[in-house]
Amino acid sequence: MLVQELDLAGGPVRIRPAGDAAVLVELGDGVDPAVHRRVMALWRTLVERPLPGMIEAVPAYRSVLVTWDPRVTDGARIRAALERRLREAVDGRGPRRRGRQVTIPVIYGGSYGPDLEAVAERVGLSPDEVVRRHAAGRYVVYMLGFLPGFVYLGGLDPALAVPRRASPRLEVPAGSVAIGGSQTGIYGLGGAPGGWHVIGRTWVTLWDAGRRRPATLRPGDRVRFVAASPEQAPPGWQEAAGEPRATMPAA
Amino acid sequence: MPWLEVLHGGLSTTVQDAGRPGYLAQGLAPAGAVDGFMLACANMLVGNPPEAAALEITLDGPVLRVVGDTVMALAAVEADWYAGETGWPLPTWEAVLARDGAVVSVGAVRRGVRAYLAVAGGIDVPPVLGSRSTHVRAGVGGLDGRPLAGATGSGGPHRGDVARWAGRSVPERLRPHRRSGPIRVMAGPQADAFSRRGLRDFFFGRFRVSARADRMGVRLEGPPIRARGGYDIVSEATAPGSVQVTGDGQPLVLLAERPTTGGYPKIATVITADLDVMGQLRPGQWVRFLEVGEAEARRALAERQRRLEAVRAHLEARPPGRPWVVVTAAGVYRVE
Repeated sequence: MLVQELDLAGGPVRIRPAGDAAVLVELGDGVDPAVHRRVMALWRTLVERPLPGMIEAVPAYRSVLVTWDPRVTDGARIRAALERRLREAVDGRGPRRRGRQVTIPVIYGGSYGPDLEAVAERVGLSPDEVVRRHAAGRYVVYMLGFLPGFVYLGGLDPALAVPRRASPRLEVPAGSVAIGGSQTGIYGLGGAPGGWHVIGRTWVTLWDAGRRRPATLRPGDRVRFVAASPEQAPPGWQEAAGEPRATMPAA
Repeated sequence: MPWLEVLHGGLSTTVQDAGRPGYLAQGLAPAGAVDGFMLACANMLVGNPPEAAALEITLDGPVLRVVGDTVMALAAVEADWYAGETGWPLPTWEAVLARDGAVVSVGAVRRGVRAYLAVAGGIDVPPVLGSRSTHVRAGVGGLDGRPLAGATGSGGPHRGDVARWAGRSVPERLRPHRRSGPIRVMAGPQADAFSRRGLRDFFFGRFRVSARADRMGVRLEGPPIRARGGYDIVSEATAPGSVQVTGDGQPLVLLAERPTTGGYPKIATVITADLDVMGQLRPGQWVRFLEVGEAEARRALAERQRRLEAVRAHLEARPPGRPWVVVTAAGVYRVE
């Protein structure tokens, strides 16, 4: 079925078709930090030196989607260029690059984390212990997606894994920190529906379309949470974060 | 500088141009006109670049008052528009001269789903991240990131060369979508995740467009398509035109405002040239898919480009037709 397999030093890579303007490069199976490091290696080289005719490269847990302008190039040329790039950049011999380290303050529980109690009950720990373990985690941004600025983090303590909510919340405020399955994440854009359990909220702006780069966090960044109290937050952040962002910069 | 006053926004009217690529890795889909061919035609009719910002109208259109003279054109498979609130019918696919104070209303889009209203000079809302396209779910672009509503401010067109373009029209033979046929797709990234029977049901089945169709995607109803290992995959980025199969076995075709990542297997991808048609399917309409290879997809895209060039050549070569249609505050008349 047109799935092309390459043997690379770090393990096989599958190139899957995704229409006449994209391919999906799959660098391993499952959600795994080693696979994600390969994803980052490919993504970074494509961002730094885009292939001719390429439009974007989009990293996820174990794959990179590469899109191109079909009026400028075609699948055969992109696949050939990708194969060369994969052998150069993802063969496991290059220097391992680490993402930025970012610390994010989180107000856990209460109205900021309405599902904290329910999560605690579900996993059989006290709310304080859930907070302690969540804030002790060392996370990596696996990807941003589905919604603008939504951050998927790998590295959740397995004891905190909990299935998604039976009924999604209709509007989750910007900055909400949540658990869904074995992952944790942050809602960058306010006002979106969400099925994850919201256990806290940060005042750090993670999405602002008025900036040149709207998302604060990037794939590959390393994230730590620190428990914070509402008094530490800058005044007025809640009002700003509750609104869906419709930022239009002055021309 | 002429501008438009929105008297009534219509069902869902948004400012759209060619979209905002480059932000997928931050979770933002490009948005942009769902039917790029029709957007280009509407723009070329009023002398704009094909990718200028225009109004994308969904099923039922807005009522607008023109302040200052301008030229406007409506491109649609079939739609009604009038001078005044319900006055004289205006021709589609023709550049109409609208005088200061004229009111125009777009009524029902009768065939297809989306119509494109272009004004000379484009819609001058501030670009956000390089595009004027509205991404409604992100609240980005267009008029405050939202569809036009009654009594919203204005998106002002630049002054265009009004007299030069009034009266030009695109003849019937050059208009798109007169032929109905299957939507051409290429095998999707997870085509191998479906059973032989699932593939057969998709490629030989007939699907009905459900009412759950918007700029994000079009949900289809048909025989449940069986996946061999369930409907969950490790989340990955989605390409435009991806056909996801969700847990109930029903396909969802992703369009301009798609979720940028997803965890459903994708059985097929609509080819670039057929995305315009895909976005014009109406709820209740039946659709079939035809699997093609990349060579055929490229031929189809080149053919789309040739058809656009033919429209451009026609508009540039021929002097404005007579009579012109002129809309004024008092009504409509023709210049003989």
